[in-house]
Amino acid sequence: MQSATLDGGFADPAIEAATAFRAVMEAMARPGRIETLAGATPPAPLSPVAGAVVLTLCDTDTPLFLAGEMNCPAVRDWLAFHTGAPLTGASDCTFAIGHWDDLLPLSQFPCGTAEYPDRSATLIVELPELSAQGATLRGPGIQDTATLSLPDGDAFRQNAACFPLGLDFMFTSGQALAALPRSTEVL
Amino acid sequence: MTDQAYNFAYLDEQTKRMIRRAILKGLAIPGYQVPFASREMPMPYGWGTGGVQVSAAVLTPEDRFKVIDQGADDTTNAVSIRNFFRRTAGVEVTTETTAASVIQTRHRIPETTLKEGQILVYQVPIPEPLRFLEPRETETRKMHSLEEYGLMHVKLYEDISRHGHIATAYAYPVKIEGRYVMDPSPIPKFDNPKLTDCPAIQLFGAGREQRIYALPPYTTVVSLDFEDHPFEASRADHPCGLCGATDSYLDEVITDDAGGRMFVCSDTDYCEARQAQGHRGKDAA
Repeated sequence: MQSATLDGGFADPAIEAATAFRAVMEAMARPGRIETLAGATPPAPLSPVAGAVVLTLCDTDTPLFLAGEMNCPAVRDWLAFHTGAPLTGASDCTFAIGHWDDLLPLSQFPCGTAEYPDRSATLIVELPELSAQGATLRGPGIQDTATLSLPDGDAFRQNAACFPLGLDFMFTSGQALAALPRSTEVL
Repeated sequence: MTDQAYNFAYLDEQTKRMIRRAILKGLAIPGYQVPFASREMPMPYGWGTGGVQVSAAVLTPEDRFKVIDQGADDTTNAVSIRNFFRRTAGVEVTTETTAASVIQTRHRIPETTLKEGQILVYQVPIPEPLRFLEPRETETRKMHSLEEYGLMHVKLYEDISRHGHIATAYAYPVKIEGRYVMDPSPIPKFDNPKLTDCPAIQLFGAGREQRIYALPPYTTVVSLDFEDHPFEASRADHPCGLCGATDSYLDEVITDDAGGRMFVCSDTDYCEARQAQGHRGKDAA
């Protein structure tokens, strides 16, 4: 228990966070592209890639919402030790982690204000699998169209319709990462 | 003090995380200026503190880093920033556009077309395109939120009524994906067409003004204009004196005090590569 909490972070934090961020940035800049990300070994049910994303982006400045089974002692202790991120409710978080069904409804998350659309939540959605098949995507970062296995269609269409407000999504599965910013149109 | 006394890429990890979060929001809302807690850097404001912070947040040890200042690799500012990251991040540096994975730039876009996998980091002095028209941040923020860009068109119209054409030659305002009007930093308007549909990620950092904004690859960027006065990318009407290029942006260099002058490519890497291929202009030695 104790060592499971203390272990599993980046071995070389500055270098691994830099490499991990490049994968995260490529994923966010090119919606639909699947990146591979390793380096973190968080306790289940948090996936290694979600753990790496959290280590790269979260700290004491980022209120975190754990949805459903993610909100368990093992994950809470691990996040507390490695990031120090305060846990909070859905309505005032900057990052949320959970399975798709546990994160619904999306309207509970902050989607920014007209003058500060960046003050919105980023949702880290744990999926059983991630593949380049499924919904067709179009928008900034995509040359023509891209395809990605999204857990829903209408929810993302509604989110994109709110642009420039809206939520940004990262999809994680095992060591695979993809992203869907609010600017992407789901056809 | 040894170089190892610094964290990788100079900035501490918490600062880098804060900048990285701003970059991601910037990519998610192309053209929108994300506020960030800019740090003091070991260089004066106006020398690229914003660009340096963005570069520090994106660099990895495997990167190959290039810095240009008005297109040139060999000016004081470019050499200093290149050495800064060679020392604090241990990255390889280069002057070749095609060999670089991260390019920090002051006021130019390289002539060589960028490719996927490259990142272009702009140093931005005044990120707010409406600032000279409306000095209050509260008001410009409201104008962006309401998509109220009429004032910018009035400014371009006044150019036409005064000069007969749109006289804005650099920092020419652009509209991103039909939504945000953005300052592309003081690049010559010759470079504006390179902003759109670019395969590389473009990041903009303004240190003193504490703003980061971004363009994901293949983003539609339109230079503002009028139907009867369409946007025109202008350049000096000469071939390069050293390499003879007729498609590059030129600097005018005064060579004596008797009116002598020559026009040379502002992009030194492009010019040198062409000369290595055997191209010669009329002033080449």
